[in-house]
Amino acid sequence: MSADSDPLSPTRSFQGLILTLQRFWASKGCVILQPYDMEVGAGTFHPATTLRALGPKRWNAAYVQPSRRPKDGRYGENPNRFQHYYQFQVILKPSPPNLQELYLESLFAIGIDPALHDLRFVEDDWESPTLGAWGLGWECWCDGMEVSQFTYFQQVAGQECAPVAGELTYGLERLAMYLQGVDNGFDLNFNGLEGAEKVTYGDVFRQAEEEYSRHNFEYADTDKLFRNFAEAEKECRALLAAGDRGEGARHLQVLPAYDQCIKASHAFNLLDARGVISVTERQSYILRVRELAKACGAAWVQTEAGGA
Amino acid sequence: MPDLLFELFSEEIPARMQRQAAADLQRLVTGALVEAGVTYQGARAFATPRRLALHVAGLPARQPDTREERKGPRVGAPEAALAGFLKSAGLTDISEAKIESDPKKGEFYVAVIEKPGRATLDLLAEILPQVIRAFPWPKSMRWGAASAAPGSLRWVRPLRAIVATFGPETEDPEIVPFEIDGLVAGNVTYGHRFLKPEAITVRRFDDYVAKLEASKVVLDPERRKAIIKADAKNLAFAQGLEVVEDEGLLEEVAGLVEWPVVLMGSFEADFLDVPGEVIRATIRANQKCFVLRRADGSLANRFLMVSNILARDGGKTIIAGNERVIRARLSDAKFFWETDKRVWREDKEFARLEKFKNVTFHEKLGSQWDRIERIRALAKELCNVTGADPAKVDRAARLCKADLLTEVVGEFPEVQGLMGRIYAGLIGEDISVAAACEAHYRPAGPTDSVPTDPVSVTVALADKLDTLVGFWAINEKPTGSKDPYALRRAALGVIRLVVENGVRLELRPVLFRTMRAGLDSQQAGKTDPDAGRRMREDQAADLLAFFHDRLKVMLRDQGARHDLVDAVLGNGGKAKSNEVETGSREDFASGNNANDDLLLVVRRVEALGAFLDTEDGRSLLASFRRAANILRAEEKKDGEGAFEAAADPALLKEGAEQALHDALSTAGEAASVALDKQDYAAAMRAMAALRGPVDRFFEAVMVNAEDPAIRRNRLALLAALRRVTRQVADFSKVAG
Repeated sequence: MSADSDPLSPTRSFQGLILTLQRFWASKGCVILQPYDMEVGAGTFHPATTLRALGPKRWNAAYVQPSRRPKDGRYGENPNRFQHYYQFQVILKPSPPNLQELYLESLFAIGIDPALHDLRFVEDDWESPTLGAWGLGWECWCDGMEVSQFTYFQQVAGQECAPVAGELTYGLERLAMYLQGVDNGFDLNFNGLEGAEKVTYGDVFRQAEEEYSRHNFEYADTDKLFRNFAEAEKECRALLAAGDRGEGARHLQVLPAYDQCIKASHAFNLLDARGVISVTERQSYILRVRELAKACGAAWVQTEAGGA
Repeated sequence: MPDLLFELFSEEIPARMQRQAAADLQRLVTGALVEAGVTYQGARAFATPRRLALHVAGLPARQPDTREERKGPRVGAPEAALAGFLKSAGLTDISEAKIESDPKKGEFYVAVIEKPGRATLDLLAEILPQVIRAFPWPKSMRWGAASAAPGSLRWVRPLRAIVATFGPETEDPEIVPFEIDGLVAGNVTYGHRFLKPEAITVRRFDDYVAKLEASKVVLDPERRKAIIKADAKNLAFAQGLEVVEDEGLLEEVAGLVEWPVVLMGSFEADFLDVPGEVIRATIRANQKCFVLRRADGSLANRFLMVSNILARDGGKTIIAGNERVIRARLSDAKFFWETDKRVWREDKEFARLEKFKNVTFHEKLGSQWDRIERIRALAKELCNVTGADPAKVDRAARLCKADLLTEVVGEFPEVQGLMGRIYAGLIGEDISVAAACEAHYRPAGPTDSVPTDPVSVTVALADKLDTLVGFWAINEKPTGSKDPYALRRAALGVIRLVVENGVRLELRPVLFRTMRAGLDSQQAGKTDPDAGRRMREDQAADLLAFFHDRLKVMLRDQGARHDLVDAVLGNGGKAKSNEVETGSREDFASGNNANDDLLLVVRRVEALGAFLDTEDGRSLLASFRRAANILRAEEKKDGEGAFEAAADPALLKEGAEQALHDALSTAGEAASVALDKQDYAAAMRAMAALRGPVDRFFEAVMVNAEDPAIRRNRLALLAALRRVTRQVADFSKVAG
């Protein structure tokens, strides 16, 4: 079967793109993880990135992460903007000297030939105020379209990265739209088959986009979300306190505490989408989540995986 | 003579940093060489997205030898002094020092310290790594395994290779021997990332540039810009179009490619319903592409992209890809535009402005709503001096920020104001009101045009004055190079609005009153009203001084004599110049000082300048200085202000004395009348009439007469001259 007719070719199916990227990064020594089982705003929130980026140990991983940005909901009417989408995330610690070349090789693997396409590294310094994280890098352009984020983490969860990890994030829908040559994300061929057997991205997700947009903007119970935020914040702190065995001893409760930080962050995102948080309050909520992330980061480096 | 070739090859350097980085590299390396006594014939630095390169030509092979003589203690000085001298001069025994003598000190030791110059190569091996380590990137980072250790090398993006060669044309140059964080300087660099990525071995700058070019890298950013410009023009011309020039974008795009290839794409003509500025902003901000216009000036449905490769298919794929992205972006823009139009048409009473209550303008200056209310109040008051229709001004002041709530401005902040005008026009707002929605931001800089419609002028003044008073009240003034709220620009805007439109605005009372309005509800003055008031007065005076300062800068930039501003301000118009310190509170608040009115200040400066360009003016200035010098000398003896009493006519002996006395009283009166009418040319003419009498006085009269009464009387005449001239200007502040 030639690449063009293979339903699992990255240019023919959404799942083919994911499988190709997974195989590629597996061949480069990454562990291929599965998505984190919680609502997160981006692949960076997965503890495999946020926490594993900290500490001295080698860590190479790749995974798909479903990401939720409640505010980006458009009731399934916008072809480019969804409140739920997929990121493909790669994290390599320490960042290898040929990271740019590896990245370009991965593009080649999914069918982007550098002799035909204009590939560019355009300055884009990444910062996540909620995670207390920042790094320098680029948005990677293919023919004028941003297809990935490329970041050398300098600080995560308030901790200096030593050594620095390199993070690659591929926006899968946009990349697939480009590879398949479709202008509407819902028209993406999901399974690579044709005719009656063809399943599109819209078949899988359009109804979800409609329902969740209503939920995010209209129905989500804000009182409950405010409570959720406060409870998650409280529990995160309580768990961190409970797992803290003092100076020099390993911390025993970082991952569960970090889950609560993720919960608080998602509750905040929903409240923000519901429009019940004023501009000034917004800053203070972001700050509260950041404080949780920082506390988790500080605890993580007192664990085995954190290098303690 | 030997040359240095230095290249720092890295991962992609942000476009906006390249120019400064090249300049910094040149400055730091040549600066360190000169510091070490090494001169050079020429230096040039270059930047591409992946490299900084420096060529220093005509260096000596060695640093010059130095010889220093250091004086020591006298012969026979105590042991401790001798030991200290030996140590500091680097000698082991006093016999190595020579003995000199001079008549005053007697015999003393002198150490001769001779340092042979070092090889320039060795010097460079020290300088270059230092420059790398201390390079002033606006942002820098760590990377790779080395970043596990503290103090690892920082660079703008990972540094990958270093070329550093040194030597004359006739020989194979040497490699400057140094290593930094595991990177060893050498003579190998790399070509274009995609077109020719292979390693290149280089010798010197000449073959370096040629080999890079052969490897599809244009080193000189100016050449890349020229290529882009020429190719863009040709492509446009072939379609009967013209490129909408954009220097900032050109600079950025030239910093994103090593091998520029310009391509043309198009988008559906339907999108041209969207205002051209929005299309341009979309295409520029998101895609870094140029837009084109037709012969009639309207926007064409074409765009130009600058790619970094010569594609195998001639660029077809690249064009198709860019077109697809631009189509998506324009769809968004069109959606925003349609949404905004619907909102403006449906909510003509602008109930949505209530949303501004939740938008913070500045945490200490309240919400955007508060700010608009302040602008409205101030604009209403300013109608008295601008002559604008108060109803239109109020409508304009209320609507002028409404476009900040639109989708288009939310997405493209750079079209704020413009969109306000377009949307307001669309729903049939008065044309002056719509114009003010845009024009109240102007002038945005020294070259931007100044609005002339009285409604725009009024709202523009209110907007800028509110900004200035607000940030002054919370003590957020510009310092040095820091001016985050663009207050200098705002002050310059006020000056130009007033001067170019001939608006007679007494600033001080306005500043004082708005300062009060801004602060009463705030912190100061709550517990101690007097202290609050004094604070506001100080701040208003300080802000007025800031205006005067900006006026000077503006006049200097226009090539005018800014010393004349000091001269004119120094006299304070007809009122006393020290009103701020001594004037009553009521005077302060109501304003009676000609320095308040920037238009009058400028007119006085013009009149004074014209006067000083005449023979009469120059001569009077010389006489004034002579009088002032004499007075200064005599006041030292008799005390400050000793001659300020009016001259006694009975003591006027000479004809020239009498004539000057009469001339002073005539001129003083004439000037006073002229100044009341703000006829500054006439005031200057009155001064000109003094020239003859003053000259004859100095020719015929001996000021320091024997008789103390006559001396004092003559000095009183000179003091009167100083007072009379000060009505129009403080001549002592005139430079030259």
